[in-house]
Amino acid sequence: MTSSTTPKSNGMWIIAALVVLLLILHQDNWFWTDDTLVFGFIPIGLFWHACISIGASLTWALATVIAWPLDDEVVEQLEGTSSEEATS
Amino acid sequence: MNHPGLPQLIIILCYLGLLLLLGLSSSRLFKGTKEDYQVASHSIGPFLLLMSLFGTTMTAFALVGSSGEAFKEGIGVYGMLASSSGIIHSLCFFVIGVKVWKFARRHKYTTQIEFFRDRLESDFIGLLLFPILVGLVVPYLLIGVISSGTVIQSLTAGLAPNVEMFQALTPDGNPIVALNGGVPPWLGSLVICVVVLVYVFFGGMRGTTWANTLQTIVFMILGIVTFYVIASRLGGQDGLMANLQALAESVPEEKITRMEMSKTKFFTYLLIPLSVGMFPHLFQHWMTAKSANTFKVPVICHPLFIMIVWVPCVLVGIWATGDLIPPKPPLPSNPNTILPFLVKTQTGKVLGGLLAAGILAAIMSSLDSQFLCIGTIFTNDVLTHYKGKENVSDAQQVLYTRLFIIGIVAITYLLSLGNVKSVFAMGVWCFSGFSALFPIVFAALYWRGLTAAGAISGIFAAIVSWSVLFYQALEQDALRTFVLKLPLGGEEYEIMPVVVMLASSLVTMIVVSLVTPKPSEQTLARFF
Repeated sequence: MTSSTTPKSNGMWIIAALVVLLLILHQDNWFWTDDTLVFGFIPIGLFWHACISIGASLTWALATVIAWPLDDEVVEQLEGTSSEEATS
Repeated sequence: MNHPGLPQLIIILCYLGLLLLLGLSSSRLFKGTKEDYQVASHSIGPFLLLMSLFGTTMTAFALVGSSGEAFKEGIGVYGMLASSSGIIHSLCFFVIGVKVWKFARRHKYTTQIEFFRDRLESDFIGLLLFPILVGLVVPYLLIGVISSGTVIQSLTAGLAPNVEMFQALTPDGNPIVALNGGVPPWLGSLVICVVVLVYVFFGGMRGTTWANTLQTIVFMILGIVTFYVIASRLGGQDGLMANLQALAESVPEEKITRMEMSKTKFFTYLLIPLSVGMFPHLFQHWMTAKSANTFKVPVICHPLFIMIVWVPCVLVGIWATGDLIPPKPPLPSNPNTILPFLVKTQTGKVLGGLLAAGILAAIMSSLDSQFLCIGTIFTNDVLTHYKGKENVSDAQQVLYTRLFIIGIVAITYLLSLGNVKSVFAMGVWCFSGFSALFPIVFAALYWRGLTAAGAISGIFAAIVSWSVLFYQALEQDALRTFVLKLPLGGEEYEIMPVVVMLASSLVTMIVVSLVTPKPSEQTLARFF
């Protein structure tokens, strides 16, 4: 039991740290008055936040691998219950 | 077909017909049970769940409001409303949605109130939450119903300028060019309400999910096509890249930076998307998931989908402030009509009609879930709860849910005929109210120490702080722009009212929970 929960709880901490990092990066005071146009057409403040959206997606993708909050046995139990219900 | 407004009207009617067909087709799979009507028998897979969750959270604001706000405030609105939602919405799906799904499947819940009543051994919390949740969803519904009427009117303008009912005039009797002759808003809103009612009535949650999926695909694709066409027309260069560069260079500096935006307001806006954790209609969508793993695709793709919809809309909004915009016809004064205006003046009639369908898709994909959810709350948490489950058959519960849906659609429609301006300003207050309740649902899932008294006190603290701040905003006639000013070190920092609401709810909930008796060990064992 312990061996299966430890990697998951480590994963939770990694995801929590990444979410905090995203929230810090979200407050991008350093680009507040920067009028640079990335690729000549996208303002850097908008580009940065589009990258944050991509970063969020990658973080959540990692979360589904290393920190999914539902134990496999619980899922099997619940899904078993629902298929029994469906057949009865 | 060259008659102004006619192609747009035909496309809108075809689209609405398609939706009705889809809703009625989905009803062929209806099993006749309450569980099937309210949560599609927990049969929804990852793709449909992604599309229905995204469609439900993205209202008309995603297309029309995002470009309008960007026109007013510049690029900062993306960070304030979109990238923040990309982080926080998925966080809520991950931290709240999956866990709530587990308990709901285990204990057979369909609504939040059923969960809270059981978790806290308190019937009163249901009575308290019921009017609050309904009261916060109704303004949200009104925004959709009113927007649909406005969008249809502006995109069919010119259709029948000589028919009195279709005329839009200024107080001194002159026609409003952008609206005159278009389908009147009361009629447009009525048609939308009826269409949504029909497919929710017959299709229940399955019809809603199918319709949401179609509508999400429609508004995402049309948003991108519109972006491409507008960029090509406004830029006046050869090739998309050259057009994009020419347009960006035409935008004033204050719109491509955030020099006029408060940093603390931007920061505290992060709390608004927490509202997703307490939306009753999202709770019900979570319950449709076939398995826990079904959540994985929505959790990953939601931030990307927000980006795909919002980035083009924000760019179009800031372009409208640049000097490449033709001086005639003049831009409308209402920022929310910027996108429909550009579509109308810069693209063809067919694309105008298709975009109208896209905007209506975004609106209806939220309305349907909200109507269904309120009907479900009335049936499960009031009628069946107090009449006793054993006294109400499954078929009766489906019937009652449908009757309540008709009632709520009728009430919402009648309310939509009232004051328009105040309702739009209510949007952010509505979201703030849901965010203020976030600590309660989070603690109910993760803190054994939460007590019924603590949760109830927290809810009261949220109501009181919301009401006091709302009253202050009303007094200052600043519902839309109201912020609190925090004096610190000789400077004043703007913060969103949601900070105070959430903090008061959180602190009260913790303090009261620490000094009041916890639920029984037997109940706690069911949840921890």
